[in-house]
Amino acid sequence: MTEQTLAPALNLEERFGDWVTPDTRKGYEGYLVAPEHLTDFATALRDEFGYDYLASLTAVDYLPEGKMEVVYHVSQSTGGAPLVFKVQVPREDPVTVPSLVPVYPGAEFQEREAWDLMGIRFEGHPDLRRILMWEGFEGHPLRKDWKEAYYEADTKPFKSRWPAGQIHRVEDTLPFGKNVKYPDGFDPEKWTPVEEEALYASLKRVPSEGDLPTEQIIVNLGPQHPSTHGVFRMAVTLDGETIVDLKPVMGYLHRNHEKIGERNTYLMNIPFTDRLDYLSSLSNNFGYVLAVEKLMGIKPPERAEYIRVIMAELTRIQNHLFAIGMFLNDLGAFFTPSLYAIEERELILDTFEAVTGSRMRCNYMRFGGVARDFPPGQLERIRDLVFNRLPAKVDEFDAYLTNNEIVRARCEGVGVLTPEQAIAYSTCGPVLRASGVPYDLRRADPYSIYDRFDFDVAVRYHGDVYDRYLVRMDEIRQSIRILQQAVEQIPEGPVVTGKQQYQVRVPAGEAYGRVEGPKGELGFYVVSNGKPNPWRYHVRAPSFINLTALAEMCKGNKIADAVIILGSIDIVLGETDR
Amino acid sequence: MSESLNSPGYEIPDELQGTVAITTLDRIYNWGRRNSIWPMMFGLACCAIEMICTAASRYDLARFGMEVMRPSPRQTDLMIVSGTVTKKMVPQIVRLYNQMAEPRYVLAMGACASGGGPFKEGYNVVSGIDKYIPVDVYVPGCPPTPQALLHGLIKLQEKIDKQSLKEVPWYKKAPSEPIPVPVLGPDIMDPRDYAKIREFTLQPVAPVQEEELSA
Repeated sequence: MTEQTLAPALNLEERFGDWVTPDTRKGYEGYLVAPEHLTDFATALRDEFGYDYLASLTAVDYLPEGKMEVVYHVSQSTGGAPLVFKVQVPREDPVTVPSLVPVYPGAEFQEREAWDLMGIRFEGHPDLRRILMWEGFEGHPLRKDWKEAYYEADTKPFKSRWPAGQIHRVEDTLPFGKNVKYPDGFDPEKWTPVEEEALYASLKRVPSEGDLPTEQIIVNLGPQHPSTHGVFRMAVTLDGETIVDLKPVMGYLHRNHEKIGERNTYLMNIPFTDRLDYLSSLSNNFGYVLAVEKLMGIKPPERAEYIRVIMAELTRIQNHLFAIGMFLNDLGAFFTPSLYAIEERELILDTFEAVTGSRMRCNYMRFGGVARDFPPGQLERIRDLVFNRLPAKVDEFDAYLTNNEIVRARCEGVGVLTPEQAIAYSTCGPVLRASGVPYDLRRADPYSIYDRFDFDVAVRYHGDVYDRYLVRMDEIRQSIRILQQAVEQIPEGPVVTGKQQYQVRVPAGEAYGRVEGPKGELGFYVVSNGKPNPWRYHVRAPSFINLTALAEMCKGNKIADAVIILGSIDIVLGETDR
Repeated sequence: MSESLNSPGYEIPDELQGTVAITTLDRIYNWGRRNSIWPMMFGLACCAIEMICTAASRYDLARFGMEVMRPSPRQTDLMIVSGTVTKKMVPQIVRLYNQMAEPRYVLAMGACASGGGPFKEGYNVVSGIDKYIPVDVYVPGCPPTPQALLHGLIKLQEKIDKQSLKEVPWYKKAPSEPIPVPVLGPDIMDPRDYAKIREFTLQPVAPVQEEELSA
């Protein structure tokens, strides 16, 4: 059994002198970096130490200490544990930190998110606008002193409901009876919306060449558009049919996951993680329980580890099936390939329903194990699925699609991302591996029991849309391989350690748990202060960060190709917007 | 033809049985409408995935004549609000609703669309789409299974069966008023509430305290 650890033994103090100090707070790891040296420090870390991949960037509001902290997790793209470093700044407006976009372009959206939700101004960021909320929204909602309209108490369970309180509707306590609040002295008649101008101003326009004056037009795809996989929007500048610039616009499904998560008890967050990437709830459970188990210092029993791996790999297969089906939809093969994919997916959902009680919202993993064992006979059904049904069906898919002339003509050479770009933009999962970077956390930084299984990291080298499709097909095959070994090796035994409690005791400290989800690196950054609720709960969402590279992939392609490039990234809006 | 369609209370002579149907205008009109409801291809969140599964082969929405999902609101009869409605998205939803031609129906699929669901307390979440547009059918669940969605759609068919040409609003003389599109300000603003907002923000009054309520 392997465990992810942080902070490899590097002597950073020797190299950087007084730029860095080790983070000595109890339960914390990594280094504190002086803000004025941050850019130089990160550049050296990238160029001298090989930490070329910015895994996660987030901020924590330490209100009692009067400090804001920006937390960076960086990895080596060759594998290994992540290194964490932090920048602390006083909590006075404006809170400013140097931007790391020049060093790690993948920081772009993550810094915009930290600005939007935490109000940290990143100096030198090329386009620092709000990303999840809209321009003009009042306040920065993840700050600990910001309270929403439906605020009742800092932490759950609310006194009014527990143990036998007077339950009331929160609407009834509010002047408008709705989930809204307005600043004092605000006059709605005098309000002018500012959202769209800021967006359109940020789009690049290239002056027309030659004698013929041509005009570039701005087109919006979405948020209600059949090709955008949910409520996603792309604002595009077009020169004829060619894309000059593109800006993703998101937040249309921002459900305040992190704010709600910081109010919930640790256990209450598990069903919420289901709703992040709503196609692969079990992988999300997995990442979150790993992070909290790391804080608690507990380990699940053997059988639970196997059950987790089996469920997570089944999740990966059904996610990729759905992704391929929807991708073919985007290509114009309207719904016929999807029907084949959904048919197989339903069989896996039947397994989920039998084991967890729900088709999609599984809420299955617990700290130190899983909620319940397989029902009798279920393992036999999974065995039949992974030895007989699924391999044959994947071959069938392969025969119909992989060498299809239209698929190849439309996908090959479209939306190319070079390996250097893929790493720089912090892409992960199939997008990164299709660009020739064999970075799969199950191998690069193994967790759970993945080191026991014999499987290959799916990797392709052209970095185009076609290779992303092929990587997903390969990954389905590799997942079937893992499953075949897991169902043979699974031992008998208990499925959970210790007594399951409503409120778990989590010692103070921080933890970053990450798994290779179907979309890529899914990380959970949890800060505990010893209370029953997390102080900070951040999700490193692969769908969100993969979109950083979308504009780069689309530029120079035709507008029709933007649809399949987006399809090949395989985003799920619940995770993109959280 | 179904039993309910062909029972106007007239005797059909034996020799014409099975050849002639006598029915009322309401019945034939509703029979046609109930069996060709075209939903909008419009998904918001998790529930949209179950909606796609409902349309796929195992649950087969085509049995109800509803498999034709149209991406354009102009061609649709039914809006399935499948997922969490956020403040950032609600102006677009209201605009789409206004663009749908009458007769139009709205089905709130799942806990979020019906009342905010697990995300109700969120600062960007609307406590149910019915705060902005009228809803015909609510389907509980998080997400509702395909069976539950089908049940909701059958309930909608039953609702259509009960409508009469004489009373339906879309044949009234006056055109129907569009719903004002909410505006994104410091928070979401419904233009219908402007007077109320002004009254509150320009002359602040102390909000009701929690202690008083529980007392």
